[in-house]
Amino acid sequence: MADTTKREIDAVTGAPLHPHEWDGIRELEIPPPRWWVLTYLACVVFALGWWVFYPAWPFIGGYTKGLLGYSTRAELADTMAAVKAAQGPMNSRLASLDYAAIRGQPDLMAFAVAGGRALFGENCAQCHGAGAQGQVGFPNLLDDDWLWGGSYGTLQTTIEHGIRSTVDADTRQSAMPAFGKDGFLTRGQIADLAQYVLALSGRAGDVAAAGRGAPLFAEQCVACHGVGGTGNRALGAPNLADDIWFYGGDATAVTAQIWSPRHGVMPAWSGRLDALAIKKLTLYVHSLGGGE
Amino acid sequence: MTAMPRTAGSPAESEVPLWFARPAVVPKRVKGPFRRFKWAVMAVLLAVYWGVPWLRFDRGPFAPDQAVLIDLPGRKAYFLWFEIWPQEIYIVTGLLVAMAIGLFFVTALLGRVWCGYACPQTVWTDLFMTVERWLEGDRAQRLRLAKAPWTAAKLLRRAAKHGVWLIIAMATGGAWILYFNDAPTALPAVFTGAGGAGVYTAIAVLTATTYLLAGWARETVCTFMCPYARFQSAMFDRDTLVVSYRALHGEPRGKHKAGDGWTDRGGCIDCRQCVEVCPTGIDIRDGLQMTCISCGLCIDACNGIMDKIGRPHNLIGYDTERNLTLGALGQPRQWRFVRLRTVGYFLVFALAGLAVLWSLVARSPLEASVLADRTPLYVQLSNGDLRNGYILKLLNKSNQPQHITLSLDGLEGGRLTVLDHEAEAQPRLELAPDTVAALRLFVRLQRNDWHGAPLDYRIRVHDQARGLTATAPARFEGPRP
Repeated sequence: MADTTKREIDAVTGAPLHPHEWDGIRELEIPPPRWWVLTYLACVVFALGWWVFYPAWPFIGGYTKGLLGYSTRAELADTMAAVKAAQGPMNSRLASLDYAAIRGQPDLMAFAVAGGRALFGENCAQCHGAGAQGQVGFPNLLDDDWLWGGSYGTLQTTIEHGIRSTVDADTRQSAMPAFGKDGFLTRGQIADLAQYVLALSGRAGDVAAAGRGAPLFAEQCVACHGVGGTGNRALGAPNLADDIWFYGGDATAVTAQIWSPRHGVMPAWSGRLDALAIKKLTLYVHSLGGGE
Repeated sequence: MTAMPRTAGSPAESEVPLWFARPAVVPKRVKGPFRRFKWAVMAVLLAVYWGVPWLRFDRGPFAPDQAVLIDLPGRKAYFLWFEIWPQEIYIVTGLLVAMAIGLFFVTALLGRVWCGYACPQTVWTDLFMTVERWLEGDRAQRLRLAKAPWTAAKLLRRAAKHGVWLIIAMATGGAWILYFNDAPTALPAVFTGAGGAGVYTAIAVLTATTYLLAGWARETVCTFMCPYARFQSAMFDRDTLVVSYRALHGEPRGKHKAGDGWTDRGGCIDCRQCVEVCPTGIDIRDGLQMTCISCGLCIDACNGIMDKIGRPHNLIGYDTERNLTLGALGQPRQWRFVRLRTVGYFLVFALAGLAVLWSLVARSPLEASVLADRTPLYVQLSNGDLRNGYILKLLNKSNQPQHITLSLDGLEGGRLTVLDHEAEAQPRLELAPDTVAALRLFVRLQRNDWHGAPLDYRIRVHDQARGLTATAPARFEGPRP
C-alpha cells in the first residue's frame, strides 16, 4: 500500500481499513491469503512455462510453435493413423475373401457391417435416408424389392457404377419412354393404362378402364415390365404387381410416371470409394434385411 | 495461514485450528501381549496383501485363473467363484455399505480396534517404524541421532532408512497392480519395461503415497486427515471398550524411589513410558481423546514397568466408561455387549451382507435386451407383409460358451429370423464366454395380422442345457390408421 500515514483500524473487526471512502462506506483492507497468492504465482510460472513449451501466441500469419512442437492436428493424425493400422489386419482379411467366405466369419462380418454403416451415413444417407428407408424416388434398401437385384454381386455393381451416371460408361442404364409427353399415347389411353397397372396389384378403382388398358399394356409395356408386370431386373424395370411403389402407388402418381417418367440418378462410386469401402457398403446394405 | 479477522462476539477460544505443528513422535520399542497381537495381525495382513494376487483358481479355459482379479480392459472383476460385470457395481456398493456398518459395529463394541491394528495406515506405519528402529536404534538413539551434526555416519544411516522405506513402498505399489493384471506375467513385465504407462503410473503414485504417508506423515494422517477419526465418537457410548487410564488406581501419581511406601498415593510412578511408546504421541492419562488409535501399546508399556517394580497390572487397560465409573464407586463391573446400538449396527450389517450374498448367488448368467430399429419403425415388403428390425443384445455372464434358442412369445403370426441364421425355424446360436453378443433380428407379420395398433410381445431366449430362460420386452410397429 502506498499510504505512509498510520493505518486506521476498524473497531469491530480489528482489521485495517482502506483509506478511501465511498459515500460514507469504508472497506476493510485484508490481504489475500498466503495460499492464494502462492497458488496465483505458481499459475503464473506454469503459464510462462506453457508459452515456452506449447503453442501459445497467435500472430497474423501463424503462431508460436513451442519447444515441444505439439499440435492437436498432428495428434489427431497420429490417432487416425493408429486406428487405421489397428484395422489393417481385418481390412486385409476382408479384401482377400469373397462374400460367401466373409459371411462365415462373424467377427469379420461385424467389422465390415460397422464400417459399412459409417460409410453409408457419409455417402448414401442423403438420398436413401439414415436408416436406408429411402423416400419417393429413392429406393428403400430394407425391403425385399430390388430394381437391379439384391445379391452381393448386383449390389456391388450398382454401387460401383451407379445408375444413369454420366461419368461411368458401365453404369446401369434404363429409360422408360415418355408415353404422354412424346405423343405415343393419348391422355385417355394413359388413364386406362394406369388403372390396369393398379389392377396388377389389386388396386384399380375403375375396372372397365383397367380392361381397356390391358391390350395397351400388352402392346407397350410387357417388353420391359413383363407379362403380368412382374418387372425385369436386367433392365431395371420395376415390378408393378407388388405392394412397393417407387414413385407412388395411386392413379395420379402412376399416370404422371407413364406420361413423363422420372429417371433417377445414382452416382458411380468406384472412383470415389476404394474397392474395400464398396465391399463394406455391399455387405452392410445386404445385411439390412433385403439381401438375396 | 493468515487468520481472517473474526467477527465480533465469536468465541475465538473454542476454534481449533485444522493443523498445527507438533514435535515429532519418536515411539519407543515395547514388549507385551498387545504388541505381540499387533505383530501377528500385521504379519497376516501384509501376507494377505502381497500373497493374494498369486493365488490361482481354475475357471476353465475361457477365464483367467487368478483367484482375485479386477480385469479393467475386460471390464470384469473376479473373486473366487464370483464374477461381476460393470453393471453389477451395485454389489460392490452393497459390500462397501456392509463393511462400513461392520466397522461401526466393531467400533461400538470394541472401540477403535480397526485403527489400532488393521488399518493399512497403521500396518504400514508400524512396518516403517520397525525398519527405522532396526537401522537407527530405539527412541533414545534416534533422538540423539536427530540432534547430531550431519556426519557421514548419520548420512549413511538416514540414506539406508529412506532406501529401505522406498523399497517397501515400491513393493507396496508394485503389488497393487498385480490385483489388476495376471500376477505371474505382470511382475516380470514390470521389470523388463513392458508394464505399460498405466502400470508404471499406478506404481509411482502408490510408491509415493506409501513412502510419504507411512514414512513421513504417520500419525498426522490419523489426527488431521482421517474422517473416521473425527466421527468415530458418534459410535461410542458408555459401554464401548476404550483404552483407559484407571485414575482410581493410578492417582495421585508421583515419582517413587526405592524404599518409599505406597500409601496415600496411586500406582502411577509418572515414568512416562506410556507416552514414549505411543505411536500417536499422546498421554493416555489425559483420558479418551480423538488422537488415540486404541492400539494398546501403552498397556504393554505400563504393565512392563509394573512388573519391574512389583506392582499390580492394568493401571491402563481396555475398559468401558461405565466400568470406570462403577469402579470409582466401588461397585462390581458390568459388561453390556448387547445394546440397542450394537444390535442395530449388527442387524444393518447382516442385512447388507445378506443382500450382497443374495445378489451374487441369484445373479443370472444370461440376460437379454432388445433395441428396436427406429428409422424406419417398420418396413413394408413386396407382398404386403410387415417387418420390424431389432438388435438383440445377449449377455453371457458365464465363463463357458453357451447355446441358446430364440423364439417369439405373444406375437400371433409373427415369424422370427436372425441375420445369418435365416434357414433355421428356431434359431440356435452359440454365445462366446463372457461376452455381449449383438444379434440382428427380423420379425415378419402378415398384412392381415396387423390391425393398426402396436403389438407388445416378448423375445424369449432359452438355454436348454442350463434350463435358463431370459425374456426381453419388444414391440411390433406398423402403419397406423
